[in-house]
Amino acid sequence: METTLVKSNFKSEEYFINMGPQHPATHGVLRLLLTIDGEIIKKVEPDLGYIHRSIEKMCERDSYQQIVHLTDRMDYLSSHINNEAVCLTVENALQLELPDRVKVIRTILSELTRIASHCLWWGVMGMDVGALTTYFYGFRDREMINDIFEETCGARLTMNYNIPGGLMFDIHPNFVQRTKDFIAHFKTKLPEYDTLLTGNVIFQKRTKGVGVLSKEDAISFGASGPVGRGSGYSCDVRKHHPYSAYDRVTFNEALKTEGDTFARYQVRIQEMWEAMSIIEQLIDNIPEGEHKVATNAVIKLPKGEYYQKVETARGELGVYIISTGTKNPYRLKFRSPGFSNLSLLNHIAVGGKIGDLVASMATLDLVIPDIDR
Amino acid sequence: MTNEALQNLINSWITDLEFSEEESQFLNITVTPEHLHQLMSDLKSNKETSFDYLFCLSGVDWQPELGVVYHLESTTHRHSIVVKVKTADRENPVFDSVCDIWKTAEFHEREVYDFFGIKFNNHPNLKRLFLTDEWEGFPLRKDYEDEINMVIK
Repeated sequence: METTLVKSNFKSEEYFINMGPQHPATHGVLRLLLTIDGEIIKKVEPDLGYIHRSIEKMCERDSYQQIVHLTDRMDYLSSHINNEAVCLTVENALQLELPDRVKVIRTILSELTRIASHCLWWGVMGMDVGALTTYFYGFRDREMINDIFEETCGARLTMNYNIPGGLMFDIHPNFVQRTKDFIAHFKTKLPEYDTLLTGNVIFQKRTKGVGVLSKEDAISFGASGPVGRGSGYSCDVRKHHPYSAYDRVTFNEALKTEGDTFARYQVRIQEMWEAMSIIEQLIDNIPEGEHKVATNAVIKLPKGEYYQKVETARGELGVYIISTGTKNPYRLKFRSPGFSNLSLLNHIAVGGKIGDLVASMATLDLVIPDIDR
Repeated sequence: MTNEALQNLINSWITDLEFSEEESQFLNITVTPEHLHQLMSDLKSNKETSFDYLFCLSGVDWQPELGVVYHLESTTHRHSIVVKVKTADRENPVFDSVCDIWKTAEFHEREVYDFFGIKFNNHPNLKRLFLTDEWEGFPLRKDYEDEINMVIK
């Protein structure tokens, strides 16, 4: 049938719409002010603060042991790694030498956290682009890790297992066996992730060439974690500034050069394989010894400034403490990965469609309490 | 580059810089507000320093001074440095923005403005980031008081 193009004086004009703070694709209470022309995005402006608790101000009145608990409430999917960041800062400031056992257990738990976080991300990533089954796959596997955490740490989400000086208590007798069982299980399940979603044509069309971020921009925007590595920017803190037991394991930094949504997706899948490899290298050789070293009941850091960075599931978390020698920090700043990663959202979303924005945002893997702190 | 080499090189660009390595794991430079933008621009563009990664930007209330601390790293040379800038003016503290040098600074400077009331010249969109526009005062300043919401020990 022949179609005729209707010529008219149809005029398009820009208008605002709100995305969030209750939109499911914003993964929490993030509000985006979109300026759009038709369905083309002209500008994305995040409106933050819906869940801001001023953790940095609270830290100024809390002891160092208490601060550890607050960090769970930032990026709650990497809570174990957040705890570790504060503990490492305090331990380095006090020049405590930790037993090998602590370092190895911390590393195993960090990597389990990373897998759990990426499982959840993969589930919601699929859901964001319309594939509901992924959610159940991701949560099924994450559940096994949560059970391991529950047995050893006593909690499933906010672990509080790290304390300045080591671990709150020793690992559960079942820990090693259950972790091995999980790895054996997940090795058969992770290929299913690829079968179900990675190779899917619709999924690839939604993600390839969408939300492209160049390497130069990634560095300039302070991108870190899988967002930076998807653009070919080698930014793995575990490689460049090793902490805990990362200097005694071999692993590859997952790098992709395309910089698009699909590249960031592939980096996270690759990271789950690497995390399993790290756990396998350590799980059979957990050194014997104490699970903590004694610290004073009231910890006072020597006067000075301390900075420690760790690699959470989302990227580089920095803890900057200025101490005046008292039992509270004079100033404590959390450099959270989500905050810097969010700042580049406008850059990668402009010119695309609203659906592309949802796909790009899914691979930024934003956790809003991490941004709002 | 080692801290010593960095210090010698940077010292040859701008006078009246203060260097310190005490009580910190990094080389610290304190710069006057007038020279801040020039120094930052040089730190990034110079081939030998090439500090292209601003990994942390924090506001600090040193009492009585207010200031900003910049943590920089080079992704090619893998060395780090800390730049500090201070002002005694608590009524109207102003520094030059560095968001034309590192794009990440745009968000970080808005956060500093929100919590410390420090303004940045040439910032494209300087307004509150987390708090509402009608919020009074700057909560992370040491002299901030809020009798309703703050639990004071």
